[in-house]
Amino acid sequence: MDGQIKKYTIGALVSNKSGVLTRITGLFARRGYSIESVSACSTEDPELARMTVVMVGDEYMLYQMIRQMDKLEDVKKIGCANELDCVYRELLLAKVKATAETRAQITLINEIYKAKVVDLSIDTMILELTGDPEKLDAYLKVIEPFGILEMQRTGTTVLARGKHTLKDRDCYGDHVN
Amino acid sequence: MKMTGADILINCLVEQGVDTIFGYPGGAVLDIYDALYRNGKINHILTAHEQGAAHAADGYARVTGKVGVCFATSGPGATNLVTGIATAYMDSIPMVAVTGNVGLSNLGRDSFQEIDIAGITIPITKHNYIVKDVSELADVIRKAFYIANSGRKGPVLIDILKNVQTAEYDYEPQKPLPLKQLETPLAKIQAAAEIINASKKPLLMIGGGAAASNASPHLLKLAEKLNAPVTYTLMGKGVIPDNDEKNLGMLGMHGTVASAKALIESDCIVALGTRFSDRVALNRDLFANGKKVIHVDIDNAEFNKNVAVTLSVLADVSSCVKALLPLVEKKDGNWLKSTISGGQSPENINCRAYEILRTAAKLAPENSPLITDVGQHQMWTAQSYPLNAPRLFCSSGGLGTMGYGMGAAIGAAFGTGKPCVLVTGDGCFNMNLNELSTAVTEGVPLVILLMNNGVLGMVRQWQKIFYDRRFSQTTLKKKTDYIKFAESFGAKGVLLGENDDVEEKLKEAFDYAVGNCSPVLVDCRISGDDNVLPMIKPGAAYETQLRKMED
Repeated sequence: MDGQIKKYTIGALVSNKSGVLTRITGLFARRGYSIESVSACSTEDPELARMTVVMVGDEYMLYQMIRQMDKLEDVKKIGCANELDCVYRELLLAKVKATAETRAQITLINEIYKAKVVDLSIDTMILELTGDPEKLDAYLKVIEPFGILEMQRTGTTVLARGKHTLKDRDCYGDHVN
Repeated sequence: MKMTGADILINCLVEQGVDTIFGYPGGAVLDIYDALYRNGKINHILTAHEQGAAHAADGYARVTGKVGVCFATSGPGATNLVTGIATAYMDSIPMVAVTGNVGLSNLGRDSFQEIDIAGITIPITKHNYIVKDVSELADVIRKAFYIANSGRKGPVLIDILKNVQTAEYDYEPQKPLPLKQLETPLAKIQAAAEIINASKKPLLMIGGGAAASNASPHLLKLAEKLNAPVTYTLMGKGVIPDNDEKNLGMLGMHGTVASAKALIESDCIVALGTRFSDRVALNRDLFANGKKVIHVDIDNAEFNKNVAVTLSVLADVSSCVKALLPLVEKKDGNWLKSTISGGQSPENINCRAYEILRTAAKLAPENSPLITDVGQHQMWTAQSYPLNAPRLFCSSGGLGTMGYGMGAAIGAAFGTGKPCVLVTGDGCFNMNLNELSTAVTEGVPLVILLMNNGVLGMVRQWQKIFYDRRFSQTTLKKKTDYIKFAESFGAKGVLLGENDDVEEKLKEAFDYAVGNCSPVLVDCRISGDDNVLPMIKPGAAYETQLRKMED
């Protein structure tokens, strides 16, 4: 495990049943691998849920996780997202301190990042931003000085560009090793 | 036809060809046991403890190649299965464990004997189910058998809620689902043949996958054609007969000198159905040491997991070797000859256990299943007890479960209908000696060779080597009279003292076991200071193999 440490995004179509998330996250936990984000939701097919796991590790860890996940009965399709050929998106909600004096500054930043104000009170704002995870990171850095009261990110979601779909993939063999 | 969930379960088991179940009843499986009673087609073996039932199902599966089945009630019944399920999981043994649970209306309320056994067994099963609705039950059972026996085999657990057992639903018999067959990857096999043909010193390394895929006849032909020496992991014992001169014996931490020498000198390792465990590879970076490694396995996740390989072939060992046979060229016998001269037998001559084991092998009826527990006696058995057919060896390899043997021996006896030999130690035997009562009740012809040295020998051996002989908690100091113990359970006891004639005492044991269909416990007194040798220290290179403790 002395390979280069990187962020990898794994996409999987899994059974839309209870317990599947536990089975998958358990595979990471028992190897002591950490998960940076998970996002999971049902899909257009009621039988299937789609899950995106972002892990930090080297290639050995990635291959192990994809192969171990693929062995689960509930995992139907799996692949590693290729950075160049995929669209990555994540949603951020952040509640920041916003007084009459700082409101205008925050609004200016929002214009640049195309973030929205979805709630406004006398001394707070809830800001919403969608974009690739790096954009969210950058935005958070800029609004942090105003005081983040609480925030939530959805975790990365990913789809391949063009006509390629995870469903049509034969197996991950083409993409891993 | 409408019937209750409990009846659907039993009918589905009959569909799958289940003839024997090992289990233990309880509150949450009363309906299932009632259906079993009314059905009357399946033999149920009542063990002393659910762990024994799980090990018995495992032993049954190893010797038959069929899926082993065990039953337990909810709560403690279910948790008692856990070690047995984990043992089967680590060794890829097909098993279906059925547990009951409280009804849906009581689920999640910490009801009496309620436990989340599905949650507990996620990491030690291929898959598991909680059946909450009777309409799903039949399909779940069929799927469970399919999963347990397909691809890389393993245990599946089905937790059936009480309300499902009593609810009625339509049942139509079905044939078992055909097992998934992997396509034989011909291009990869061609590439493997080219590597083998280019090699001068190929070594066949046989693992549990070869046993699971019944690859023996093809492997024998391959070894013959290549004039190649063969070595095996613990799980591969018996796949190639031990009396075949090409068989160099076991590989690994306590493998033979000849196998270690052949591994070091070979230029191409053909690894068939093995996962290069740390007890075999030892140092995963030095194991292959620049040699070509062809890895054939049915589990894609095993490739490059422990040892980096030259070529991976995703296939069932049997079909792969069959396809490989016509593609490889015949080799001369020079390489083989040089490896055989290393000698198959372990070099530690002064070890009473070897004498006992070799004599037992001679006296045991032909092709008797051989079962071991875990520790020194297990390694001595693997080294010195010749097995000349596959599916005779039951031993907990991956998990190393002390206490595995008694249950597994009962399962192996029911699987084969043959007399069995169990080699155990006084540490292991004390973990599950309750199952001796089961063996007596069921009239199992079983010779138990209890290697009684008064110590936890393997742990003690490590304390000698790595802990400066500080024997912390490895001296047993038990006052048990094993002869009286055996007799009180209704079995026969035979004392084999350190100066007794081995052949005479063992003959008495075998004659009694076979003649009376009864277990015989042989209290074999051996020294607490014997060691298992050769030994390669964990993480060390094969070149550092110790032949004597002084090394």
